[in-house]
Amino acid sequence: MSWVIKNVTLYGEGEPVDVVLDEGTITAIGSGLSGDDELDASGCVLLPGLVDLHTHLREPGREDAETVDTGTQAAAVGGFTAVHAMANTTPVADTAGVVEQVWRLGQEYARCDVFPVGAVTVGLEGKDMAELGTMADSAARVRVFSDDGKCVSDASLMRRALEYVKAFDGVIAQHAQEPRLTDGAQMNEGINSSLLGLTGWPAVAEEAIIARDCLLAGHVGGRLHVCHVSTAGSVELIRWAKGKGWDVTAEVTPHHLLLTDDCAHSYDPTFKVNPPLRTQVDIDALREGLADGTIDAVATDHAPHALEDKETEWGAAAMGMTGLETAVAVVAQTMVEPGRLTWRQVAERMSEAPARIGRLEGHGRPLAVGEPANLTVVDPAAPWVVDPATMASRSRNTPFAGHHLPARVKATFLRGALTAREGKPV
Amino acid sequence: MNRHLLSAADLSLEDATLILDTANEMAQVSDRTVKKLPTLRGRTVVNLFFEDSTRTKTSFELAAKRLSADVINFAAKGSSVSKGETLKDTALTLEAMGSDAVVIRHSWSGAPVNLARIVRGSVVNAGDGTHEHPTQALLDAFTMRQKLGRVEGLKVTIVGDILHSRVARSNVLLLKTLGAEVTLVAPPTLLPTGVDTWPADVSYDLDAVLPKSDVVMMLRVQRERMGAAYFPSAREYSRRYGLDVDRVQTLQDHTIVMHPGPMVRGMEIASEVADGLRSTIVDQVTNGVSVRMAVLYLLLGGSESAIGSAEA
Amino acid sequence: MTAASDRPVTGDPAAARPVLDAPAVSRVVDRMAHELLEKTGGGTDVVLLGIPTRGPHLARRLAARVLAFEGFAVPTGSLDVTLYRDDLRMKSPRALEATDVPADGIDDKLVVLVDDVLFSGRTVRAALDALADLGRPRAVQLAVLVDRGHRELPIRADYVGKNIPTSLRETIHVLLSETDGSDAVLLGPAAT
Repeated sequence: MSWVIKNVTLYGEGEPVDVVLDEGTITAIGSGLSGDDELDASGCVLLPGLVDLHTHLREPGREDAETVDTGTQAAAVGGFTAVHAMANTTPVADTAGVVEQVWRLGQEYARCDVFPVGAVTVGLEGKDMAELGTMADSAARVRVFSDDGKCVSDASLMRRALEYVKAFDGVIAQHAQEPRLTDGAQMNEGINSSLLGLTGWPAVAEEAIIARDCLLAGHVGGRLHVCHVSTAGSVELIRWAKGKGWDVTAEVTPHHLLLTDDCAHSYDPTFKVNPPLRTQVDIDALREGLADGTIDAVATDHAPHALEDKETEWGAAAMGMTGLETAVAVVAQTMVEPGRLTWRQVAERMSEAPARIGRLEGHGRPLAVGEPANLTVVDPAAPWVVDPATMASRSRNTPFAGHHLPARVKATFLRGALTAREGKPV
Repeated sequence: MNRHLLSAADLSLEDATLILDTANEMAQVSDRTVKKLPTLRGRTVVNLFFEDSTRTKTSFELAAKRLSADVINFAAKGSSVSKGETLKDTALTLEAMGSDAVVIRHSWSGAPVNLARIVRGSVVNAGDGTHEHPTQALLDAFTMRQKLGRVEGLKVTIVGDILHSRVARSNVLLLKTLGAEVTLVAPPTLLPTGVDTWPADVSYDLDAVLPKSDVVMMLRVQRERMGAAYFPSAREYSRRYGLDVDRVQTLQDHTIVMHPGPMVRGMEIASEVADGLRSTIVDQVTNGVSVRMAVLYLLLGGSESAIGSAEA
Repeated sequence: MTAASDRPVTGDPAAARPVLDAPAVSRVVDRMAHELLEKTGGGTDVVLLGIPTRGPHLARRLAARVLAFEGFAVPTGSLDVTLYRDDLRMKSPRALEATDVPADGIDDKLVVLVDDVLFSGRTVRAALDALADLGRPRAVQLAVLVDRGHRELPIRADYVGKNIPTSLRETIHVLLSETDGSDAVLLGPAAT
């Protein structure tokens, strides 16, 4: 069955065209085209399907919070055609067996490709290196390795991991958090943490690890990716490392582009996240870094949590917030509307760069005839109000509840098949 | 609309003055043969203590009982930390029992705010984590007024573990509202980030500040803090920041010495000082009952609360 | 009850007409003091306890008259009854006023409660409860400047400055120089 997307602008540039998808690829781009099914995309922007470098699907282990099924529905609704599933499941994705299971589930539901991230260390314990090569060689073809949620804090171990993954073009995605500086930390360390009596999480705890890891990557010539950069100082360090010509990439989450630690005044654990929400100074630096390319990608760090893990005291609550379904809208608000990024650049930051960092084939490809039909149609002028109750994710912990966002994903196609339309999974 | 006392910042100057004036009248009840008022007859006050505190719990209990309220003591240690009943379940249980006010002590900062969103009655923060302890600040202000005749313009020095102290936070906020000048004295490790934005001066030098003070408030310093390298030893802490007999000699004649308790004698305060003539430590305990009576009366005594914040 | 006097004057002041002017108030207090001496057999074990806001001032005026007439000082004090009221839950909690009992206490004394206006009797009921918590007087009497009727409890005054029949829609305002700048009793239409 073929689709024609009518009157859509490629990357938001030029005159509207029709795009025909058939047999999983883009078969024609022009005017007056037709197909079995038609999507009127007047006023919409066509982007290569979005790729998330940082998603928690919770399966196996916490299927009450999210599953590969519900998580990929949320991904499709948010315009994603590929997500990287983080390794901090139960059991941990530190063997070929677990990563292959997650990979197959993604293929089975066929709404969004799921690329498992392999753990760097066994059980995320930061002690012994996991079988990185075996995971790389498995059916899941793992290229991104991360202990996300925990930092590979041992400098020697981090050095070895950066070196080791060179053999199969892997990348170490570091969760930069110096553990001793963040013992019991609850929120950004600053004026607000002091007023609220919540243990602070200093920016330096993130920056110290990033500085160290950049130096290590430079030293061994390994590939470092910095997860969820959250401070102005981190942006500066990454800019410096890139200036040295080292193979360092970085991501920023939508929530760190929009929300500050003022949110914690409500003591509503929805706003408890790791790394924590920071200050407006940090937000400004992150937006600038994303605009100038210092930060390569937007990644959601979609972290669904069951109600009982969030409906509690701040200190007892789990860290994390959902993000797949709101990501492109928040980027539109924080980056596109103020003129910091064009939609062409959004395609780069949310599809091409993450696909490149994850070494994905078939994602982040040009909008051209013969390319895989992994596509996202965004309506840049479709204001909506975020309502947790109507989301596809199994969890409700979005920090944007009640927010008015300017843009919305109209439709998502995975290899030519419609996976979501107007906020609903297909 | 029900209102709460969650933070000292909830209190306007008018509110705080009303509480202190009311407490002044309540204090007389403690001197009478019949130490009881019928004011809150038929009202139910729940003491919800997730953290041990015999002193504060007893004080609130006595205050509520002197106003003829029914008091339920609900000791619920641990909360979700121990995977037991959650704060929400506990709150709903209390609702079902028909409580009019919940006095909550909790080891997590902000728990009273969370509770206030769930229950219909008024919530009184009796100390949450390292956040606030507003009735302690009120009883401290009451004691200052009782001993020195006013709060406005007083030079109040608060010494000790400011970083972890809910008493310090509430006092800084309330004393600012009441017009006192606060100086915080601590080793730099025990001062919070951004303390320069607080309405208080900061000093590392106790000896320089003491002679200028009208009130010296010593805070408890937990020995556990040594393990986390906030300071090297009890002896060094005591030498640099403890209120000993020699330091007391440098105080003005009228200066009072306060401590919210429980004290670590020999650490932040010498026994001779704690038991000395300037010490208001026992008065603070007595005044605590009067101030809490005032707070309960003003929150619960009428058709609607006269003080506090409607926001949670 | 003191309601008429401790509520703010909301009616049109111009519409209120004086029932007693300042000299009349003075004469009335004189007479009440004489009656008090007569009825208490010389007033030697009397304690005058005024109910705020205006009661304590009236109590002091009565004591001053007794001093002038008989040459001895009657102990006076103030008794706030707010915490004993039965209408607490009908409005926002109010600031408390001073309770100030003479040093010798009230045990075995003849306590005369002094208030400006006697209305429903509920304030006096609260005052009797408050007294019981303070001690055990030999007897309790009641002195009011104005009795406006409409009792809701079985309570009557022993000394009345002036009986003023009113309708429930009318208000009585007692003004005293200590609190209001001048002495007068005004009868006005009720605020709507």
